[in-house]
Amino acid sequence: MLASLVAQAAQLPFDKPIIDFHALAPEIVLVSLMSLVLLVDVFKLEEGRRFIPPLTGIAMLASIIPLISLALDGADRSMFGGAYVVDNLALVLKAMFLLSGYVVTLLASNYLAEGDFWESEFYLMMLSSILGMVVMSSSRDLITIFVALELLSIPAYLMASWEKRNLRSNEAGLKYYLMGVFASALMLYGMSLLFGVSGSTLLTDIGAAISGGDSSTPIVTLGIVLVIVGFGFKVSAVPFHSWAPDTYEGAPTPVTAFLAVASKAAGFVALIQLVFIGFLGRADVVEPMMWVLAAASMTVGNLIALRQTNVVRLLAYSGVAQAGFMLAPFAVVGTNAEDALTAVVTYVLIYASMNLAAFAVVIAVSRKTQSGEVSSFGGLFGYAPGLAVAMTIALAALAGIPPLGGWFAKFVVFRALVAADSAAGYTLALVVAVNSVIAFYYYGMVLKAMWFSDAPDGDTSPIRVPVSLVSALTLTVAATILFGMFPGLIGHFTGNLQGLLAAAGG
Amino acid sequence: MWLNQFLILGALLFCIGVYGVLARRNGVMVLMSIELILNAVNINLVAFGAFHATPAGQVFALFVIAVAAAEVGVGLALVLLIYRNRSSIDLESVDLLKG
Repeated sequence: MLASLVAQAAQLPFDKPIIDFHALAPEIVLVSLMSLVLLVDVFKLEEGRRFIPPLTGIAMLASIIPLISLALDGADRSMFGGAYVVDNLALVLKAMFLLSGYVVTLLASNYLAEGDFWESEFYLMMLSSILGMVVMSSSRDLITIFVALELLSIPAYLMASWEKRNLRSNEAGLKYYLMGVFASALMLYGMSLLFGVSGSTLLTDIGAAISGGDSSTPIVTLGIVLVIVGFGFKVSAVPFHSWAPDTYEGAPTPVTAFLAVASKAAGFVALIQLVFIGFLGRADVVEPMMWVLAAASMTVGNLIALRQTNVVRLLAYSGVAQAGFMLAPFAVVGTNAEDALTAVVTYVLIYASMNLAAFAVVIAVSRKTQSGEVSSFGGLFGYAPGLAVAMTIALAALAGIPPLGGWFAKFVVFRALVAADSAAGYTLALVVAVNSVIAFYYYGMVLKAMWFSDAPDGDTSPIRVPVSLVSALTLTVAATILFGMFPGLIGHFTGNLQGLLAAAGG
Repeated sequence: MWLNQFLILGALLFCIGVYGVLARRNGVMVLMSIELILNAVNINLVAFGAFHATPAGQVFALFVIAVAAAEVGVGLALVLLIYRNRSSIDLESVDLLKG
């Protein structure tokens, strides 16, 4: 067996791959600084601990520098036979992941230092998870997507159960792990079927093979469905959302922010690559499935969010509903691929900024109240007006009130759906509109507690907010407002993504 | 070369694995069921790889094996953590969070 394999391998042509170090520079910088964090932790355990959070932040920001030089250069770079592509889409998404990683570092540093946690390893886990996301943004191949997915998920399982002695944190980690691993196993089975049909792991080859005439076999449908189901778990779409509220509530809050923003966005990035490059020729399978997932996520997420009393759980269900909004453009990929792509990327970028802002406030407030209940936000405006205003901006943006970021995100989704000019597009646009209205109620509930209720127990001592949290809040709130006031700003990043579709021949 | 026998074996393993994940209450048994699904994937990948005469299938299978090892390592650590804190790995009893 082995001899025949070697003989077979000897006949295969081997071209030395051309490695473009400029294109790989962000990953190389991230890996080097990650190793530095590890070494500092190993050799300078006690005295080095305080350097690790800033070093993690520097690692994220330093990796953005080569991204800027790549963006200025402008050319699309493709490596390993098209398995690893650095184009505008990849650059924008990598920058988003690194910046969200930076904000989560700011959120986590005081939380971890003051609680009973292992600190240094946490930052290492987060850096490797971010590395997985950065790789995911460039992967155009089943193997790369799979490795990137596991690289970003496995550290996240550990981060969710980081509070080792806390049963709730353990449970959060276990639920997330079991659901995540089961989902990736289903996704792998789907990938093996798609590989079987096309004989290649490259998404472009798969796209060409399955859109042909003789490929309307059930096996292609099964493969596509299983892959989408696998990522449906990752983005917490209904009916695969059951882990999300429990994990979000039990995990340490900075980790929740990380899962709700970066990890969910990574799931969408994978879906974007798979659907827009691989499955575009099979819109007949993708569209109805995405329609159902999107409509169910929006409706179920919003309705369950209505009766939540815990802010983190409320944000979890609101996250499920937001995932529905982000899935909606996928339901019109066949007729309106270009607008759908822009809409998804725009929504993901804006969602990251506004959701991180909301979690930053939750972390700041729970420093004083030690609670995530909506009632604990009572009277916040009286004793912490800055936090109350920041939370108002974040929630109003999530609800989609102009002129904040969320408004523009909902608008582009709506526009993509209507521009598709199909029955499916119009009905889904209606579902989006109805759900945007429902969402006002539960975001309003929190706002009402902050502005009109009295502080619980009459405790109006001010909240001491550390500098790192203030800077995280400033960054995310500023981004939320700017994206809403100047939609052109985000259009500048998302207006140039057609390279992806060209790769698919679409 | 016949492809069907491998695919049928893979599909059977996949079904047993999915059943195990959904029906088992013991944490370790669920992990083993997930391994069964991953092995079904590996059989599929190697069979398809041989069918298309491309090494990509075997390479993919090697990646799956390597990553699955890391995944199960983390999974066993989590199950051990639960066992230490509550002396049971019955998944039904892990229900502090709900609503």
